[in-house]
Amino acid sequence: MLVTGLLAALSCVLCCAMLLLGNTVYPVREVIRALSGEPLPGVSFAVNTIRLPRMLAGFFAGFAFGVAGNTFQTMLRNPLANPNVIGITTGSSAAAVFCITILHASGAVISVASVIAGFAAVAFIYFLSRGKSFSVGRLILIGIGMQAMLDAVISYLLLIGAQQDIPAALRWLSGSLNGSQMHELPPLVVTVLIFAPTVILLGKPLSLLELGEHSAATLGVNTDKTRMALILSSVCMIALATATTGPIAFVSFLSGPIAKRLVGAGFPNAIPAGLVGVNLVLAADLVGQFAFEVRFPVGVITGLLGAPYLIYLLIRMNRRGE
Amino acid sequence: MTPTHLFQAERITAGYDHRTVIQKVGLAIPSQRISVIIGANGCGKSTLLKTLARLIQPTSGQITLDGKPIRQIPPKPLARVIGLLPQSPIVPEGISVADLVGRGRYPHQSLFSGWTKKDEEAVAEAMRIMDITELANHSIDELSGGQRQRVWIAMALAQQTDILLLDEPTTFLDITYQIEILDLLTDLNRKHGTTIVMVLHDINLSARYADHIFALLKGKLVAEGEPSKVITSALVKEIFGLDCTVIEDPVSGSPMVVPIGRYHRGT
Repeated sequence: MLVTGLLAALSCVLCCAMLLLGNTVYPVREVIRALSGEPLPGVSFAVNTIRLPRMLAGFFAGFAFGVAGNTFQTMLRNPLANPNVIGITTGSSAAAVFCITILHASGAVISVASVIAGFAAVAFIYFLSRGKSFSVGRLILIGIGMQAMLDAVISYLLLIGAQQDIPAALRWLSGSLNGSQMHELPPLVVTVLIFAPTVILLGKPLSLLELGEHSAATLGVNTDKTRMALILSSVCMIALATATTGPIAFVSFLSGPIAKRLVGAGFPNAIPAGLVGVNLVLAADLVGQFAFEVRFPVGVITGLLGAPYLIYLLIRMNRRGE
Repeated sequence: MTPTHLFQAERITAGYDHRTVIQKVGLAIPSQRISVIIGANGCGKSTLLKTLARLIQPTSGQITLDGKPIRQIPPKPLARVIGLLPQSPIVPEGISVADLVGRGRYPHQSLFSGWTKKDEEAVAEAMRIMDITELANHSIDELSGGQRQRVWIAMALAQQTDILLLDEPTTFLDITYQIEILDLLTDLNRKHGTTIVMVLHDINLSARYADHIFALLKGKLVAEGEPSKVITSALVKEIFGLDCTVIEDPVSGSPMVVPIGRYHRGT
């Protein structure tokens, strides 16, 4: 509880920082006045049109990535089994790049296509990894293979794409809050407001699924329905967040394990994981914007954090011989 | 005392994918007694238990509880009556004993309800019965095999079911712990009237602790009844293919199987 409170407080601080900081730092009072709708030359544009959508996109995408990643990791009992590593995000990315470079589409079309591709990727991975009995190890390996294939598709699309579409596709691929616009946010916000509570409410049955299929079923969990609800909710959130901000590297991968470290094993982890996601995205975006002479997109910073952790996990998994 | 239940398998056939493991097994579990399912490896003991616990859907026949097919009972109400200790449960990393035992309360909670005093008492009681109260805040990872098994049984006890199914609760345990677990289960049965059905590997322990034996051979029920009536050298020969002499257990008076091998033929 305390930890969750602290994480929430930190998120608030970062949200305020997102609104206050920028090329020009305006006084707090002016920022508040601009937010409340008062037309102030310069301030209104910077705060309402640039900083607020950027902050909201980061907040909701971060929460979505955190909650969804944690759900997969808990359900499959393996931190590697998350949307980033097993190719769901890459599926959405490939669809989005296809929309940008081939169809020259934008906005809603990209959202719809990435949601569909996200589901297709899940269905495909699940189908291939079923075999005689379900194995998480196999699912992860198939997911990694699928990710490699989809990455190849993305590279191909970028090679054949028209010159003028490439920057848009690349900016999107690295995961960025730049250019987030207010009118693009409602689908993501609505999705998170519907599905994050669903996942949070299913926290108890999820903690039983963690004990294995048989234990969960004998304790009265409807395992098939619960798993289906969790997967659908998580994939919707991941796909919409990916469609809005691009795949912000490793947030869905890091949030769950960090939250678990903070609150302790066995406690409900969905909300803390979501908040860790928010904090990661917003903090990384602030670092990317202001810490260096060049501005980096948020995905570059989170990628720097996530890659070493991925390597650490792979080494540990290898040692344990899983 | 817990209420009595009519818990029956009606000519069930079940298995995995396309392989049939048990065939047309019909039985009634004696209420408030300890039943043990015995048989050779691969005879379908675990499959029968899992089918009783609704983890496997029978391809024909049905399991009924108080006359109602269990398929028609929603998962949570059913989980308040029938509990199962699986053979190799999965332990999530780092969780504490009290936390794991507490998860057994799930069928008594609703989606929105918090942790109640009743939950607290049930968990404390379960840990007391299994004698793991001092371990409450320890992480499961630190425990020995015997302690872990007691934690899992405590979780099943916290579930407060009238019927408890256990799939080889003593496997991989030292003989001391085997006896300890079986004694604790007997306490549970004698004091609370919990109906216990378990699969055991050791035929002598089965004979000693069971009130009722179900003997399986190649997926079929070949004998059932009190151990003293059922466990004979002929039956052991039939289901295990083992020559033996059956004597009276000097401690419990139950039948005791003494195997005959090629090097020891007795006198």
